[in-house]
Amino acid sequence: MSRLLQRLFGRLPIGWLQLTHNRTRFAAAIAGVAFANVLVFVQLGIMNSMAVATLRPYEFFRADIIISAADANAIADGGNVARQWMLQALANPDVIAGMGLFVANVPWDRGQTDISLTTFGIDPFKQDFISPKIAADLNLLQVNDAAILDRLARGITRDEAVAIRPQTPLSFETDGRTIKAYNTFSGGGGFGGDGYMLVSDQTFLSLFPARSSAAPDHILLRTRPGTSVDEVSEQLRGQISDSSLRIRSYADAMAEDLRYQQTRRPTGVIFGFGVFIGILVGLIIIYQVLSTDVADHLREYATFKAMGYGSRFFLGIVFEEALILGVFGFIPGLIVGTTILTVMAKVTTLPLSMTLVMAASVFVGTIAVSSLSGAIATRRVAAADPADLF
Amino acid sequence: METPDRDVIEVRGLNHWFGIGDARKQALYDLNFAIEAGSFTVLMGPSGSGKTTVLTLLGCLRGVQDGSVRLLGEQLNGARETTLMTLRRRLGFIFQAHNLHESLTALQNVIMGVQVHGDVSDELAHKAAVHVLELVGLSDRINYLPANLSGGQKQRVAVARALVGNPALVLADEPTAALDADSASEVVDLLKRLGRSRGTTTLLVTHDSRILERADRILVLEDGRVVSDTAPRTAQKRHHP
Repeated sequence: MSRLLQRLFGRLPIGWLQLTHNRTRFAAAIAGVAFANVLVFVQLGIMNSMAVATLRPYEFFRADIIISAADANAIADGGNVARQWMLQALANPDVIAGMGLFVANVPWDRGQTDISLTTFGIDPFKQDFISPKIAADLNLLQVNDAAILDRLARGITRDEAVAIRPQTPLSFETDGRTIKAYNTFSGGGGFGGDGYMLVSDQTFLSLFPARSSAAPDHILLRTRPGTSVDEVSEQLRGQISDSSLRIRSYADAMAEDLRYQQTRRPTGVIFGFGVFIGILVGLIIIYQVLSTDVADHLREYATFKAMGYGSRFFLGIVFEEALILGVFGFIPGLIVGTTILTVMAKVTTLPLSMTLVMAASVFVGTIAVSSLSGAIATRRVAAADPADLF
Repeated sequence: METPDRDVIEVRGLNHWFGIGDARKQALYDLNFAIEAGSFTVLMGPSGSGKTTVLTLLGCLRGVQDGSVRLLGEQLNGARETTLMTLRRRLGFIFQAHNLHESLTALQNVIMGVQVHGDVSDELAHKAAVHVLELVGLSDRINYLPANLSGGQKQRVAVARALVGNPALVLADEPTAALDADSASEVVDLLKRLGRSRGTTTLLVTHDSRILERADRILVLEDGRVVSDTAPRTAQKRHHP
């Protein structure tokens, strides 16, 4: 390692030699940096999973424009939208199809654990609005009280999910009605529910008798191929009588939902703050290590100054140490962070995982924070006065 | 006044103060002396006499406030920091506490004395460092850390580090203070022998009277003034009547 660094820097790797001279302290420093990395990884992992979980239900459907109530910040939030606005929208020549989307949580008493399924009521005859992965099973929903169940929902075992087939449906009761799940799709637990379920709009209305077929939660629209979704959205905003409605492209709705979850909901703010705290802890740890190291070697630095070494040489040493700590702290941080996220994903069924983007951004962040700490620590080198050596 | 080529150091009318305002105290008074190239000069005097101040001024570690100091042909009064840094690379320093880098081996410490010149290859720096360590009798200790060397060995490494870059002038501050008589004698002999063979001028600050007989010249400072500038025997007599 020493030789490699010597070739890299074109001089003796003083920083490396200083750090490794006291191996216990070096190990403690690396552990500190790794700890800060783990903090950031876990918080980023949770934030990332929140993003994945937030956007996941949007992936069940295919639409270009979504019409929602004014207070609908998320797909499962907000009031109803009158179906008549769908008919008004369909009057626009660039809108070729529309579908009402119903959303509510359905409790499922599983004995020892109760789970809550975010349930979407859809028109089973409108396959164009459903993800191709699910669309093939849509005809199963034409039967009353039929459902397609999220096989990754919390509380549903793998064996149980595998056994669900049209020939061997899984029956369960909710609010006095018996629902039969004829097939499964891939969803997963999120922050607002334990999983998902798709039913027909008729079944949905049977489950929620207080709801009206004339007032779905959202209206999904498909536009003519080749038209500008933004332009059509703008046209619809002028065309539909209720100006309080949110008429957005489906992509904008997804982005706004994500932004809302990450910046307005307490959980998102907490996780974001956790990332900030992790970065701050890393900065403080690396600065503390470098600052102590500089203080411990002031006499040696003063000697080098007396010998004729300039400030660039000392900056080089401190940055060398910062980079070494950053790189060596990142590796165990990545391993421990990945392990924690994997375990957490198994326990919570949240989509927690280490992604390449996360790893790369934390690595770049670690190097940046290390360099910043190094830049602050180099100020202490100025205290090394060679005249004090005599 | 022109500095003759044979003088490495020429000091004229040097005054120096520490502190400001009412706390300002003069440490050096109108010093005048020159040191010839290749000589082995000892600077003596009681504590607080100004020896260290002289050493730090000649070592370009402090700015000259008043008077003239010509070092290796360069005027230090008013010199820029880059000039002082460049001059320091032509000097060799030996400190009382050796000041070796505890994380570096003896060899690496000596290499630092070569690498400061920047234009030396790793291979050449390594060879030069090994050669000087052999000269100071530490060929079997080149990969030892300072913690594993005796006091005398550490000071010999410090001598090697000071000499490896072939400096024009070596400034040594009490290099034998922490050593026993044998080690002290070895280090001074080494310094004088290697300095002479390489044409290096040595200015050594000491309280150690054992060194005096080896000096070509002895300067004695008292209260910031040169009170004696003589050959060894005369100086010893004056200092220890």
